[in-house]
Amino acid sequence: MSIPTANSFVRRRRSRLGDIALVVATGAATVLVLAVLAIIVIDVVRGGSQRLSWTFLSMAPSEGMTAGGVFPAIFGTVAMVILMTVAVVPAGVATAVYLHEYADAGSRLTRAIRIAVNNLAGVPSIVFGLFGLGFFVRFVGAGVDRAFFGGEKVFGQPALVWAALTMAVLTVPVVIVATEEALRSVPRELREASLALGATKFQTVLNVVLPQATPGILTGTILAISRGAGEVAPILFTGAAYYLPSLNWHPSSQFLHLGYHVYVLATQSPDVDASKPLLYSTVLVLLAVTFVLNFSAFVVRSRMRHRFTGAGT
Amino acid sequence: MPAENLSSKLIVRGLSVFYGPKKALGPVSMEVAEKRVTALIGPSGCGKSTFLRSLNRMNELIPGCRMEGSVELDGQAIYGPGIDPVVVRRRIGMVFQRSNPFPKSIFENVAYGLRIGGMGAGSDLTGRVERALRQAALWEEVKDRLNESALGMSGGQQQRLCIARALAVEPEVLLMDEPASALDPIATAHIEELINELSDDYTVVIVTHNMQQAARVSDFTAFFYMGDLVEVDRTQVLFTKPSQSRTEDYITGRFG
Repeated sequence: MSIPTANSFVRRRRSRLGDIALVVATGAATVLVLAVLAIIVIDVVRGGSQRLSWTFLSMAPSEGMTAGGVFPAIFGTVAMVILMTVAVVPAGVATAVYLHEYADAGSRLTRAIRIAVNNLAGVPSIVFGLFGLGFFVRFVGAGVDRAFFGGEKVFGQPALVWAALTMAVLTVPVVIVATEEALRSVPRELREASLALGATKFQTVLNVVLPQATPGILTGTILAISRGAGEVAPILFTGAAYYLPSLNWHPSSQFLHLGYHVYVLATQSPDVDASKPLLYSTVLVLLAVTFVLNFSAFVVRSRMRHRFTGAGT
Repeated sequence: MPAENLSSKLIVRGLSVFYGPKKALGPVSMEVAEKRVTALIGPSGCGKSTFLRSLNRMNELIPGCRMEGSVELDGQAIYGPGIDPVVVRRRIGMVFQRSNPFPKSIFENVAYGLRIGGMGAGSDLTGRVERALRQAALWEEVKDRLNESALGMSGGQQQRLCIARALAVEPEVLLMDEPASALDPIATAHIEELINELSDDYTVVIVTHNMQQAARVSDFTAFFYMGDLVEVDRTQVLFTKPSQSRTEDYITGRFG
């Protein structure tokens, strides 16, 4: 320990000024972000709450979308997100398990897969829409029709199932990355404990590694759901309808989607003034649906976490 | 080396272990007496843990690890062609330095090895779990909270739970890698007492940093230094009349 000289005191004061400047700058940035968020939420809630009613939530759009509600769009959005989740979670988790547990980490193939996954995450979403149209609708769907429906057009057209699968392709990198992160954080001691008891690698992954990684996997699922509920571009060509007179349950049917409905109301309405309050309310519902989907996944995750580890970890 | 009517449970011949290009151990040749406690001592990095982990094929889980030589369990080469490491590890159990219970209930921790071995409900799962917990001197403390999380136990209890978990699959050999190094003196005494009792039924190999512990619990002691086995003998002999000067230097505290 040397005795501080006058000079080093000066330097210290300067670095403290730096600290203060940093706190102010980062604090201001945080306030700015929060302010933008608050403005959006307040605007949407104020504009949207006027027309929000049970009728709005439970009725179909009517009179050229200048009246009625958005129930089919809520239904379509939720159905699409659920189907997407069912598809994306097993595929993403399986890929991550392969990459982290089985693939040779240094090999070219593994690295190529990783790069591909990262690139997938960077592809613009409209490209996924075109991919979904070309691959799922035109190729897979038409193939299914030829094989099972004698060439009749059943699955070979934009449909709920293709939109959900296209969205699953868009969100799969999120699940893969989150799952890999979760697998990486499983302590080596736990794997060794299992293997030393005579468990096979597969048994260890199934009984120790995956349960331990479940909260992380669910985090990935939440992120995928958030993304999937809000994206519109991938479903434009693959399943979303401009308007449907009736609610259709079948996965081969088209569906209404809140996000696309917002676009339709904003740009395609014959009477902009009449549809504007509806537009606001639809945005509010879209935000609420996204929030509810997120929140339920969040609740599932914290239940999982608390099941055996007790509070905290 | 093991004289009288002792038989050798494990026979190690010319065992060398490499991590990448670096040699960590060997060549080591020694025998492990059946139903006795063999302690492995030596300074940090001397290869004793590496040696221990070679005995149930845990080393091969480390990327870049390679080995030469042979290890025989009851005359059967455990590294022989067609030998499944999973089967080896069922016969040679292991307890680790840091207790590593699964984030499951106490019961499920002990039942784990049995379940993955194909033992389901209807069989005597409960009885086997109870017996293993009794063997690990833990039953009385936990019998009323078998369904609680194992992570709520004290450190010493967790380590005994790990011992119970290893015993539940009824291995023939139990390897222990510094099982008491993270525990307080009372918990350590518990574990040592337990090791004494276990040697009635099991062949125990224990790595320890603590020479008093080796002297207290073991029948045989092997001294490792810089990746070589320097000397192995009856514990009493090794600690009183070691044949190698390096052993004497170590146990009298001149280095290490």
